Amino acid sequence: MTTFKIGGVHPDDNKIYSAGCPITPVDLPKQAIIPLSQHIGAPAVPVVQKGDKVKVGQLIAQAGGFVSAPVHSPVSGTIFKIDSTIDAWGMRMPAIFINVEGDEWDESIDRSEKLNPVCRLSPKEIVEKIQNAGIVGLGGACFPTHVKLTPPPGKKAEVLIVNGVECEPYLTCDHQLMLEKSEEIMVGIEILKKALGIEQAIIGIEKNKPDAIEVMDRLASRRIGVTVLPLNLKYPQGGEKQLIDACIGRQVPSGALPIEVGAVVDNVATIYAVYEAVQKNKPLIDRVMTVTGKSVKKPGNYLVRFGTPLSQVLEVAGGIPADTGKIIGGGPMMGRAMSNVEMPTNKRVSGLLLLPEDESVRPEPQNCIRCAKCVQACPMGLEPYLLSKQSEYGLWDEMEKHNVMDCIECGCCQFTCPSFRPLLDYVRMGKATVGGILRARAASQKK
Amino acid sequence: MNILVISLITLGVTGLLAALILYFVAQKFKVEEDPRIDQVVEVLPGANCGGCGFAGCRALAEACVKADNLDSINCPVGGSAVMAQVADILGMAAVASEPKIAVVRCNGTCEARPRTNRYDGTQNCRIVHNLYAGETGCPFGCLGCGDCVRACQFDAIHINPTTGLPEVDEEKCTACGACAKACPRNIIELRKKGPKGRRMVVECVNKDKGAVARKACLNACIGCGKCQKVCEFDAITVENNVAYIDFTKCRLCRKCEAECPTGAIHAVNFPPRKEKPAEPKPAPKPAESKPAEPKPVDAKSAEQKVAESKPVEAQPVEVKPAETQPAAQVEPTKPQEQQSVEQKTVEPKPVDPTPSAETESKQ
Repeated sequence: MTTFKIGGVHPDDNKIYSAGCPITPVDLPKQAIIPLSQHIGAPAVPVVQKGDKVKVGQLIAQAGGFVSAPVHSPVSGTIFKIDSTIDAWGMRMPAIFINVEGDEWDESIDRSEKLNPVCRLSPKEIVEKIQNAGIVGLGGACFPTHVKLTPPPGKKAEVLIVNGVECEPYLTCDHQLMLEKSEEIMVGIEILKKALGIEQAIIGIEKNKPDAIEVMDRLASRRIGVTVLPLNLKYPQGGEKQLIDACIGRQVPSGALPIEVGAVVDNVATIYAVYEAVQKNKPLIDRVMTVTGKSVKKPGNYLVRFGTPLSQVLEVAGGIPADTGKIIGGGPMMGRAMSNVEMPTNKRVSGLLLLPEDESVRPEPQNCIRCAKCVQACPMGLEPYLLSKQSEYGLWDEMEKHNVMDCIECGCCQFTCPSFRPLLDYVRMGKATVGGILRARAASQKK
Repeated sequence: MNILVISLITLGVTGLLAALILYFVAQKFKVEEDPRIDQVVEVLPGANCGGCGFAGCRALAEACVKADNLDSINCPVGGSAVMAQVADILGMAAVASEPKIAVVRCNGTCEARPRTNRYDGTQNCRIVHNLYAGETGCPFGCLGCGDCVRACQFDAIHINPTTGLPEVDEEKCTACGACAKACPRNIIELRKKGPKGRRMVVECVNKDKGAVARKACLNACIGCGKCQKVCEFDAITVENNVAYIDFTKCRLCRKCEAECPTGAIHAVNFPPRKEKPAEPKPAPKPAESKPAEPKPVDAKSAEQKVAESKPVEAQPVEVKPAETQPAAQVEPTKPQEQQSVEQKTVEPKPVDPTPSAETESKQ
């Protein structure tokens, strides 16, 4: 069985609604709102001001540090203002507002569809180009890719693992990208191998995507050092620690990063963006996202320029169905329900799931029956029943001792609990609180 | 006979040996403890609430015994009376401390702060705060899930079902600080109780710009700074678009309350103002209640619309606070609530965004 060894659950994949839908571009908005923080790390700092004219791909905000990423304009037009807007969860976020005029691209960008398979840059130049293009992980975490490609001193990368798993139910954007842009992804893989100075790349794809496995395998067999590994279906196979376990049988130690075991994991959408950046000089200004749900009229995989309001994307998908109970950003396992759809699309949003009212209702939690199904299900080997009780009573020190910071917030525990206890809610809250305590402790120790 | 004697002697000797070993071991591993610690524990309340900052009453007693003076140690539950007794036992000088009380610095009631979405997840303030802004347009305001109520060991704080906000029982609150620590948005603050329980409070912690804050909640502080300008004692600071009254400097003159355009500043436990002639009696006047009658219907339909429409931008509720509040609070229960109602009816301010726009430009 090619899969990770600890825990996991088997939700219905529900990919049928948007599977196979060709990637469809969405029209440009009238006003693009581009957040300054679309990544892990320091927010970007604007380099434009009100009244400036910008073209597609032009730099509008520079990185705020090493662990940060620059932001490029996804549209052409005039800067309207630099102000804050409300994100999908009611929180204020600083953003650059651009009134869209036409669709004029920066001259350096190669817009042709022709495959560019050869890269003559040195590894250092490749990493720099990826950094300048604002590439971040598009699997959901948005970690700046150039940081992943720069192992800390003393650590060496041995293998590149390509995440083509897309284990989250309902989402199909990565799958469609693999079917339509397989050649480009292959070139992207070669570029990353060169940047890391490694010989081996493994593409992990779950067995519920036989067409993607076939396409990628056909291309991989013509190359040296790239193999496709079909993986048994299990959620959360796409979690990087689980994927490393499944592909090379190594377990990342608690609190450490994948580079500790010599692995670098990147999502296929990120790799496609790397190809576009390095070979076509195109910075990260758009992405494919899935809009799906049982009642959605036109579910599918949509190519959206960042800054487009989500409401516009929902209109293209046939509007919000009348029986919608929740609009979830991401998938049903790790996504979060949104309270505002005027939020613009950005690097972070990989999909929208519209759940009907009857599927949105949460059952009333019952008492814990000590069945330990949550312990069996946890892919990180934690004890969710214990962590959630500790979180409820505010026992932050105990949670730290019980490795709450290793939780990947996958939702397996809450999914499997027969008493419908909100385990993930409590553990997530505890993890955020303990994270704050650890940061405060580190800051005071530095002084 | 012999066996009996031998066994008796053997047992006796074993017993003696064991006793000797126990005696020496007890002497060697004896825990030296100051007997005063036990004496102090006797006079402490024994609630182990942690309000003193120590891990329970015994830990506080140990700290007291070890300390040179009691200046930095205080049991808020026992108060000055208990600390005087502790000082007596230890032969130190007693420290008199100002009594404090927990104050909820949010007045975003269900009426003033309309819902923009419905939340059906776990009813825990810290979880909601970690997830998103909340069911209203104010990301700083009270979430009403009752973390503070659960934290209180003295039954002194409860959620008012009409307003959706926590209310502190002035008699029972011991200012231990548990509710303040429990609140994930730092809305609850321990403030001086004040002479006769009177105090001035800015009941808002919203740091957004004035117009944005007001759009989300009619009772918001818009950071206009009028209160700061009128305060003669330098007690008010306006930082991050919100005013704060320093309770060590405030002289309770109430000038700031009169200046505040949104009614965000509250005078708690004061007798009613006698100067204003238009003061209504406990039952609302007919002239004021007539326009009030159609308004609650409007308010309900507006609220229903807001509650039913899911992810839609907040519709500003077209409700005048001065007119609906008498309708809601026809039977005032506590004296201070009645006064704050009267204050609002006496100085009706229309729901007009222009004042806040003007004040914003002044900033």
